[in-house]
Amino acid sequence: MIEIKDLSFRYGKHYTVFEQLNLNLKAGYIYGLLGENGVGKTTLLRLLAGLRFPDEGNIHVMGYEPRRRQAEFLADVYYLPEVLDHPINISLNEYVKLYSPFYPRFSHEQLAHYISAFGINPNQKIAKSSHGQQKKAMMCFALACNTRLLLLDEPTNGMDIPSKGIFRRLIASIADDDKCILISTHQVRDLENLIDPIIILEKNRILLNNSVEEITRKLWFGRTPQKSDKDLYREECVGGYNIVGYNDKQEESKVDIEMLFNAAIENKGLFKRLFIDGQNPESRSDFASEMQKRLNAESQK
Amino acid sequence: MEFKSDKAIFEQIAEYVCEKILQDDYKPEDRIPSVREFGATLMVNPNTVMRAYEHLERNGIIYSKRGIGFLITPESKQKAAQLMREDFLKSVPAFVSRMKLLGIDFKDLEQYS
Repeated sequence: MIEIKDLSFRYGKHYTVFEQLNLNLKAGYIYGLLGENGVGKTTLLRLLAGLRFPDEGNIHVMGYEPRRRQAEFLADVYYLPEVLDHPINISLNEYVKLYSPFYPRFSHEQLAHYISAFGINPNQKIAKSSHGQQKKAMMCFALACNTRLLLLDEPTNGMDIPSKGIFRRLIASIADDDKCILISTHQVRDLENLIDPIIILEKNRILLNNSVEEITRKLWFGRTPQKSDKDLYREECVGGYNIVGYNDKQEESKVDIEMLFNAAIENKGLFKRLFIDGQNPESRSDFASEMQKRLNAESQK
Repeated sequence: MEFKSDKAIFEQIAEYVCEKILQDDYKPEDRIPSVREFGATLMVNPNTVMRAYEHLERNGIIYSKRGIGFLITPESKQKAAQLMREDFLKSVPAFVSRMKLLGIDFKDLEQYS
């Protein structure tokens, strides 16, 4: 669905955001885009939406180049920024009347459902309502557009506690095999169990773009009474340590996204080798045991 | 649904379905919610629900029928009990070591049976 090849992007001459970035995203998934402040999460979403242009390299989204901004492409993408670029001085109903014709698969029926789920007043001027209410109003519109690509920047920021739950429920219900949903966020607790695969963006590169299944095949998350040299990341807690380690026991655990993120930031090189280059954590011991086997075979001869 | 942190989400969803079968909430040939419906109810990624269903299918607890969805198998009850028993027994070593630590004897447990 999305192919990014050797993408470089700079603000001005000197501020490099991406250098030779490669990333592929498939339809049918809800991607979570994580990264520290300033690594370019929003820039990446804007590049995908055709709001910024690559300096070098190519981006293909559903076969289109976003920078060309073809009408058929724009009709199938929705980008919801973290903060609205300009105040919307009309009501949601008026907004829908103006903008829904651009989206061929816009569903008024779904819109009504989302409006009642979030409990917002579609006749109130959007700019006049609170930050959270504005977010919910625009979320209703974004979801009702039914675009194949949906880009959400920090969607839960500013939402109250019940709305976050409603948001999770709605996203889980709209995900299907044709859609690619990309959500950038710092609020990982809000989106836990929802985002899968997880992408971790780091200064100029990707540290991780893997499904939860792939992550838990290689890494183990849990609590241990003692610390070990093999822990990739640990936090002290009641009764021992919460750790991220290698999944030696081949036992599937529950990913703790915050722990995963901290582990990735502390072991950047290792994460890239494990997940982007596809090395196996056991490769070294496999090699050692393989050598041992050969030596034994030699001595038996 | 609240998820525990010590077990993969797909396994917890599979366990939840098994519990419903053991409690007769789901009976043989019942249709269980679609992947998307269940994802929305539990607020989890539909792909995770799919993994749970695949796990249940591999264990002979549910089967998929084209155009209908996932249905409970006739022998689901025994199979679900077996799966949950295996899972429960995995937690026994930790339970026993906790008993030892606290100086609790197996006889002390009889009053709970």
